[in-house]
Amino acid sequence: MIGYLSFIVLIPLAAVVWKSTGSGLEGFWNAVTSPAALASLKLTFGASMVVALVNAVMGTLIAWILVRDDFPGKGLVNSLIDLPFALPTIVAGLTLLALYGPRGPIGINLAYTRMAVIAALLFVTLPFVVRSVQPVLRELDREMEEAAASLGAGGFTIFRRVVLPNLAPAILSGVALAFARAVGEFGAVILISGNIPFKTQVASVQIFSAIESDRPTAAAAISVVLLGLSFLTLLAIDVLRRWGSKHES
Amino acid sequence: MRARYGLRFAALAYLSLLLVFPVGLVFFRTFEHGFSPFWNAMTDPDFLHALWLTILIALIAVPLNTVFGVVCALVIVRQRFRGKAVLNALIDLPFALSPVVVGLAFFLVYARTGWFGPWLDAHGIQIIFALPAMVLATIFVSLPFVVREVVPVLREIGTEQEEAAWTLGASPLATFRRITLPAIRWGITYGVVLTTARALGEFGAVSVVSGNLIGRTQTLTLHVENRFQAFDLVGAYTASVVLAVLALMTLFFMNLFRKETPRVDSGPPGDEALR
Repeated sequence: MIGYLSFIVLIPLAAVVWKSTGSGLEGFWNAVTSPAALASLKLTFGASMVVALVNAVMGTLIAWILVRDDFPGKGLVNSLIDLPFALPTIVAGLTLLALYGPRGPIGINLAYTRMAVIAALLFVTLPFVVRSVQPVLRELDREMEEAAASLGAGGFTIFRRVVLPNLAPAILSGVALAFARAVGEFGAVILISGNIPFKTQVASVQIFSAIESDRPTAAAAISVVLLGLSFLTLLAIDVLRRWGSKHES
Repeated sequence: MRARYGLRFAALAYLSLLLVFPVGLVFFRTFEHGFSPFWNAMTDPDFLHALWLTILIALIAVPLNTVFGVVCALVIVRQRFRGKAVLNALIDLPFALSPVVVGLAFFLVYARTGWFGPWLDAHGIQIIFALPAMVLATIFVSLPFVVREVVPVLREIGTEQEEAAWTLGASPLATFRRITLPAIRWGITYGVVLTTARALGEFGAVSVVSGNLIGRTQTLTLHVENRFQAFDLVGAYTASVVLAVLALMTLFFMNLFRKETPRVDSGPPGDEALR
């Protein structure tokens, strides 16, 4: 088992870290701080932040209507939430391009803009917050809310002061997952973003083009930055999980 | 009451604009000029080869990850050892890592200039730009799912029944086959569905290590990109529809098996993978 893991995960990742310092630490630093690399890292980080925030709001809202609301077709909507997980990312990108691309039927053309990057990332990260908030919301004791209501609190106040604090760990861990996914996304972005350097080229696409143009050291350097971000996010999720279970007890 | 309709409308509008309309439009575009363009694209040799290769890779990667996943879950739940946290983190990593980084990692190990490159070259073994590297990359990205589905089930069932079987003289293998395996079978099934979906849909990692040779190392997802870049929209949409139908089947099975598992409130596939 350890052999399988080292063969599949450890050795290859060690190769990336090793290669990233192939021309010394200075070489690593130069590759990561080159204008093109910085621009793509900034875009990746910024877009992922925006996507994480939108998910925090929309994901919680969708979880809310799936648990507390009732309408025809709710079961269908509930199972559709997992579609972005099951659908290959390249297909996700192509479907968005079909509707919001240059030949889209509604005349909105997002292709080759930063908005397109954000739309693609929103598509693939949709399930995370919804699926992490849903079970917590379902288990939530409604007595507290009823008590608050009987004391004269309005709907929004109840949500903000009673429901939201209980959901916060679940929302945040969903947001962290969505962020991690957004930072590394490749397939959904590649067709719709146009991959214009300094404008719509995200980090993973830049790594890809560095490999294609035979600059493996630069590719490895940017990869190490993403690898670090992944580790940090996993760590944050672990901390949030512990916080969440403390909250429950 | 009005607020409630407002929230419902906002959520459903968001889902429609992001998910339902785009996916629906691709289905519409594929069949808007009748069935025959779709059929022509489906019988294109490159498409058929890509379809076969995609299935072949899944047929190798999924069983390997299933066996590994069950063993790994047993070790994580039933054994205490140093470095368990590290093992947990390693298993989750494929989930949070960019597929392009995964592809690069295998490239740096197996390419001609990579760590094992010279040795492989000397022995005439081709890994990169060929099936083995594509299988390895697919195994990497679909690694966590079976482990993360089986671990909670194993925790839930405990060890009492196994200990009973054991004290009655059953061998470890018999205990596993007759007691443990039936108890975790739905967890495994759910994990296998997720692993398969991930394996069929992988793009980034495979794109780096395959070399993207048409009719040789092109999977369905690579075929979609290739057809799109060649301005063959019908070809791209057709392959997409095939992949989307596979995705919808995955959703169907997910719903089916989710009802079978005792944990009705199982989280999202991704969330599960990190638990």
